[in-house]
Amino acid sequence: MVQKVINAFTTAWKGLSLTVRHLFAGNGKREIVTVSDSNYFKQLEYGTNTIQYPKQQLPVPEVGRYQLDVEMDDCIVCDLCAKVCPVNCIDIESIKATEAIGQTSDGTTKRLYAAKFDIDMAKCMYCGLCTIVCPTECITMTNQYDKTVFQLSDLVYQFSDMTPEDAAEKRALFDKQQAEKQAAKLAAMKQKEGGA
Amino acid sequence: MNYYFTYFIAAIGLFSFSAFFALFGVYAERKISAFIQDRLGPTETGKYGSLQTLADILKMLQKELIVPAAADKWLFMLAPAVIFIAVYLGFAALPWAPGLIPSKTNIGLYYIFAIISIETLGILMAGWGSNNKYSILGAMRSAAQIISYEIPAGFAIISVVMIAQTLDLQVISAQQGILAAEKIKFAGFWDVSQIGGLFSWNVFRAPHLLIAFVIYFIASLAESNRAPFDIPEAESELVAGFHTEFTGIRFALVFLAEYSMMFLVSMIAVILFLGAWNTPLPNIGGVKLATWTTGVAWGILWVVIKTLSLVGVQMWIRWTLPRLRVDQLMNLCWKVLTPLAFACMLISGVWRLWLM
Repeated sequence: MVQKVINAFTTAWKGLSLTVRHLFAGNGKREIVTVSDSNYFKQLEYGTNTIQYPKQQLPVPEVGRYQLDVEMDDCIVCDLCAKVCPVNCIDIESIKATEAIGQTSDGTTKRLYAAKFDIDMAKCMYCGLCTIVCPTECITMTNQYDKTVFQLSDLVYQFSDMTPEDAAEKRALFDKQQAEKQAAKLAAMKQKEGGA
Repeated sequence: MNYYFTYFIAAIGLFSFSAFFALFGVYAERKISAFIQDRLGPTETGKYGSLQTLADILKMLQKELIVPAAADKWLFMLAPAVIFIAVYLGFAALPWAPGLIPSKTNIGLYYIFAIISIETLGILMAGWGSNNKYSILGAMRSAAQIISYEIPAGFAIISVVMIAQTLDLQVISAQQGILAAEKIKFAGFWDVSQIGGLFSWNVFRAPHLLIAFVIYFIASLAESNRAPFDIPEAESELVAGFHTEFTGIRFALVFLAEYSMMFLVSMIAVILFLGAWNTPLPNIGGVKLATWTTGVAWGILWVVIKTLSLVGVQMWIRWTLPRLRVDQLMNLCWKVLTPLAFACMLISGVWRLWLM
């Protein structure tokens, strides 16, 4: 029994001396270094390990998977990202243009307007597949990981820069062109028939 | 008439002290726990988060007081008051400095131990009144624990009383320094009546009281429901034990009682074992350190320093040692502490007869 009591006191003392060492260890703010720093794990042995989040932020790796961002000027509205997305969080509606409407920064010709380009970040599972399939590399993941909103609907990011009126106008233009083409086709056929 | 006026001032003073101490205690607890766990603790409200507990109490005051539909309303509502008042009344008999004591009674120690036992009743009322299995389990554990640990604590105290031959806390305090009316011997052989300081404290006057002090300290942890004896609260098994159903200011009162109890039991330990309001500095020849550092202001300073360091040790222990199981606690109490305390009491009797 005496042995047990002595054991209890020595083990308790061991624990207490461990905690008192931490109590008087440096309590300054944690130094912010990247994970690749050689000092990264060593500095966790002393001082505080937690950070004061909004005031201090840990640097994140550049290649991490964070929030999606679309460079709309470079998008050719090919719909590949929406098709590859496993959770269907990308919603694209395209309008065919009457002619080539410009070029992306890598020289691809743009022939489609994006009437709608929505990404529902509440659904996104950050797999990054969309960024891989994108032929013009316009959809990317930024290093912005902190995004809190007050309403769930605010997590649906809308990248399309077209107003509904614009979209309607382009749609009408395309329909008009199609109609003209159809009319021309009909006229040609009629002529052919008449000629034969 | 003036008489009653003084009473009220003393009562209000003690209440504000216990409230202020609870605020400080909660802040200190959070900071100490944070530093032990390599965190920073509260930092946002006030400089270094110093206003955090004030903000917490303001929040609690505004909260709704919910009484569960099936609860025993009167028991439920009265319980926090009973818990707190039992502890608060204990403060009445604590001596703060030579000649400074709210209620100078010659059975102070007996009174304190009688009155703080009522806390168990309040906890039982809370547990039963809540009409909740977790609460009643917590309350039963608390009753079992406090009643059990009162026995080793009582024996440890009796061993001091046998040395001191009085229940008057002011007399017990005075015996442990240069103001003693009788002869004081360090460890039973060296006359230190004129030297005072550390050497005349009870733990050194009779060295077996050092063991009694450790026993009392462990038992006092149990009586104030502090880890590793916090099975009445056991937030992992019992949600939060007997105070699960309490909200707002009622919950705050339970916490106020816990922190006041910590201070109270630590102060009793200081008074009985660690020289009360006496200075730790001895008179060395012409350098009369003890004489210089004895007085009302010094007395308050010493007693507060000593008590706060014991409270600090309680917090340190809480954030180090894990909670024990209920049977382990009962084993410790009945098979180790009680026999040891009993032995201390016997030695005290022999000591008093042969060495003093």
